[in-house]
Amino acid sequence: MRVWLIKRLGGVARSVAAVRVVFLSAGLFLLAGCGEVWNNPYPPQDSGRGIFYTSFDTRPKHLDPVQSYSENEASFLFQIYEPPLQYHYLKRPYTLIPAAAQALPKVRFVDVAGRDLAEDAPADKVAFSVYELRIKPDILYQPHPAFAKDAAGRSLYLDRPIAERREITKLADFQHTGTRELTAADYVYQIKRLAHPRLHSPILELMSDYIVGLKELSQSLRQADSDKSAWIDLDRYALPGVEIIDRYTYRIRIKGKYPQFSQWLAMTFFVPVPVEADRFYAQAGMAEKNLTLDWYPVGTGPYMLTENDPNARMVLERNPNFRGEPYPCEGEPEDAGAGLLADCGKTMPFIDKIVFVREREAIPYWNKFLQGYYDASGVASDNFDQAVQIGSQADVSVSEEMKARGIQLLTSVAPTNRYTGFNMLDPVVGGSSEKNRKLRQAISIAVDEEEYISIFLNGRGVPAHGPIPPGLFGYKEGRAGINPYVYDWAGNEARRKPVAYARQLLAEAGYPDGRDARTGQPLVINLDTAAAGIGDKSQIDWLNKQLAKIDVQLVVRATDYNRFQDKMRLGTAQLFFWGWNADYPDPENFLFLFQSQQAKAKTMGENAANYQNPQYDALYDKVKAMPDGPARQAVIDSMVEILRHDSPWIFGYFDKEYALFHGWVKNEKPGKIIRGRFKYLAIDAAAREARRRAWNRPVLWPLAAMVLLLALFVAPAASLYRRRERARGTD
Amino acid sequence: MLAYLIRRLAYAIPILIGVNLLTFALFFVVNTPDDMARMQLGIKRVTPEAIAHWKAERGYDKPLFWNAAAEGGKRLSETIFFAKSVRMFVFDFGRAEDGRDIAEEIKSRMGPSLAIAAPVFLLELAVTISFALLLVLFRATRLDFWGVVLCVALMSISGMFYIIGGQFLISKIWRLVPISGYQEGVDALRFLVLPVFIGVIAGIGTNTRWYRTIFIEEGGRDYVRTARAKGLSEAAVLFVHVLRNAMIPILTGVVVVIPMLFMGSLLTESFFGIPGLGSYTIEAISAQDFSVVRVMVFIGSLLYIAGLMLTDISYVLVDPRIRLD
Repeated sequence: MRVWLIKRLGGVARSVAAVRVVFLSAGLFLLAGCGEVWNNPYPPQDSGRGIFYTSFDTRPKHLDPVQSYSENEASFLFQIYEPPLQYHYLKRPYTLIPAAAQALPKVRFVDVAGRDLAEDAPADKVAFSVYELRIKPDILYQPHPAFAKDAAGRSLYLDRPIAERREITKLADFQHTGTRELTAADYVYQIKRLAHPRLHSPILELMSDYIVGLKELSQSLRQADSDKSAWIDLDRYALPGVEIIDRYTYRIRIKGKYPQFSQWLAMTFFVPVPVEADRFYAQAGMAEKNLTLDWYPVGTGPYMLTENDPNARMVLERNPNFRGEPYPCEGEPEDAGAGLLADCGKTMPFIDKIVFVREREAIPYWNKFLQGYYDASGVASDNFDQAVQIGSQADVSVSEEMKARGIQLLTSVAPTNRYTGFNMLDPVVGGSSEKNRKLRQAISIAVDEEEYISIFLNGRGVPAHGPIPPGLFGYKEGRAGINPYVYDWAGNEARRKPVAYARQLLAEAGYPDGRDARTGQPLVINLDTAAAGIGDKSQIDWLNKQLAKIDVQLVVRATDYNRFQDKMRLGTAQLFFWGWNADYPDPENFLFLFQSQQAKAKTMGENAANYQNPQYDALYDKVKAMPDGPARQAVIDSMVEILRHDSPWIFGYFDKEYALFHGWVKNEKPGKIIRGRFKYLAIDAAAREARRRAWNRPVLWPLAAMVLLLALFVAPAASLYRRRERARGTD
Repeated sequence: MLAYLIRRLAYAIPILIGVNLLTFALFFVVNTPDDMARMQLGIKRVTPEAIAHWKAERGYDKPLFWNAAAEGGKRLSETIFFAKSVRMFVFDFGRAEDGRDIAEEIKSRMGPSLAIAAPVFLLELAVTISFALLLVLFRATRLDFWGVVLCVALMSISGMFYIIGGQFLISKIWRLVPISGYQEGVDALRFLVLPVFIGVIAGIGTNTRWYRTIFIEEGGRDYVRTARAKGLSEAAVLFVHVLRNAMIPILTGVVVVIPMLFMGSLLTESFFGIPGLGSYTIEAISAQDFSVVRVMVFIGSLLYIAGLMLTDISYVLVDPRIRLD
């Protein structure tokens, strides 16, 4: 037995030695791979390269430009695809300039008889608007197997069941790639794709009301879509409203006058898609391997998607076929001082690669930003005090700690509004009666949005006096811009009307001291919300406190998200939180949120409050067709006045975005509408590398301390054991 | 044993059908096909026509369980339940609502999940069993007392604290490993050190106490007294005889989780940026992606059944008295 045990223990000792060797080798391997810094999450070969590191927290749902309609997807797509138009990077208010187009579109208005009308022709006379776009020649697509051809000019990968081969699992497995020149036909093809029955474009219904023949095309395609797996050749279907004039020119004919259409032309719904790409991905075996246009975009933009793992990492690399674009030389007056014109005329893009890393949690993201492994970061509530300091004059700057690291803070007001809506179909808070209007105004005064911004947003919001956010045409600052039903102008600033006035309004509404004058019952307002988590409780408590100021009781009707959406659709909610993120920087995109036709309960539109006012609708019809100018401003003022008076919303606040950038990032200018921004950015990679090395030297003493601690535990144990065994032996 | 295993496999079929039925019922109690369509189509500018078309395209326009309008067997087969379940039982998982192939997705996410879960499982097992045996070896000494105190302290701390604290101390303050991230191949080692270390530490308290109890109970048996009387060292008694005889309760808790290692861990993967399976189900529930939810519940049930069968087999291997008939 003893011999067996000795053998066994000898075996154990050998195993322990082997384990030691393995651990030592692994340790040495790790150290060798780490270099000077051990915590660099990126491959060592990427150090010092012009790579921009950023993150995403939600995996993109769609990368097909005809389907994609969310901000997180836009940050990929706008780097890959080129719409005909884009917004000037530096100018504010946002200004449309050509992107792939040679110039802004020529717009021609014609009447029912087809006669040309003047540019300022009234909207009711205009039967059609014709947009003619001419794109730049010699624009090439990114290298892609869909364009690959053999020496005889035959396509290498089209109409061949190549994807069914076992060795093909990703796009990079196709050995050959090719390119071709961008033509007007590619833009037309994409417009037809809006009507594709399997693609479910979110703007199909909207555009069917404008683009001539799109609705009919959609119906024809649905009828033709009996075999769900077959590729639909869109070139075989006519779209009368869109025609190719020549290789580089196309024309879009829309119904009526709709100046905002130009802004749609700066969105990804109107980018070019080559028919070869569609045919390539439609082949057998492709979709089973997730090889689809929805996951592997094909564009002409400055970058192309080279790594697509939405669970871990998305990588955009410089498109070698991109023609280059000059950096802008004009901007706002302060841009030159901020160094934003230093790269004037230089060829963009400046960055070679953009790495989007999936970070689901804010804490690791923030810490990696501080270590220099991300180039930019937002400011979350958790790290607000660490990142930002607020001066005595409410001026905002980066904290000393951030300053020491060379981090800059940029703030901007996003074209987004958040509000608390009254359901205008509700008998208590809705309707157009004077009584209910006063009730809404009283509640609007009582709910102190300034306090909300201060408590819950660390000041990252601008109180709203109307639906139009700052930075857009139609927004008015200062005294002229206040909501006179909720604020007074006092001491050079807008001051919320006193609670006593709100109580007076409430009494006039028939609820003196918060009780129904007729029945004596307390006034109870129901908040319908899907936000019922622990984190939301404090906000609901706060709202409760606001209404209690005027003796109104708040009942929270919390439900899950689906039921809440049902209530909104059915028009059975009473008070609710809602918001809107602009599609394009035009006041029409906010004013339409009150249009009767958009009433959610009636048409499932975007008018969540179900507000209906014929006078407002008439003005809306007028304003949407007007060019910016004093006349349009006057109409907008009238519309905003109607809304303030009727108070269908408690105008909440506009998001104020705080963004932090390391000192090595150049040319950053905030502007949420400019989604194709990476081509403008530059990186001083050497400075970043030096900082990373300085900030991330490993601290080694804890490793020694751990070994010591283990020894302190093992040594007395071993000694005790030996003593015991000896004692047993002597027994 | 073969007959027993075949019988167990046969039992698994009604269990899987039952689980599938329950998943289906629970999912559609909370989400209607209309809700799913709205979620997939986005929250802006969604029209009733688009919803109807989306449902028809994916077969969600049929009744849930019973199609009264159909004839004969089609009353059952022309339903969402039937259409969505049958293919799954032949392991054809189909596509997620975002168009991605579910089997491909599971295949690509399984590796990273296993890369964390397997080392955590093995190291934790080795560390906790060794630690528990050590405490039993020094039973009723100060070492045992403070060891138990340490275990109680370790098990009283939440898992989230270990992760955040570990990242703060080891990655942020000491800067020894990356805070989060993942790379394929051998590069993955650098990213796995911290989550594995934290995973092991987080499990020490509970498991050590559990194994210590088992070993103490086993240590009081007659054969242990006999071994000691024969003059074997205490280490040999514990590490050779007690450990082997305590295998049944250990295996009961351990083997059943082996197949589940593929499923990953939500918290760990989320904080360490590991592209594993841990968050797949949760993300699918948030996105109201029924296709993924049903597949993941199905696989989870299947693995659990496999785990129970493996446990039974392991009993036979470690205890010659047990026969599976």
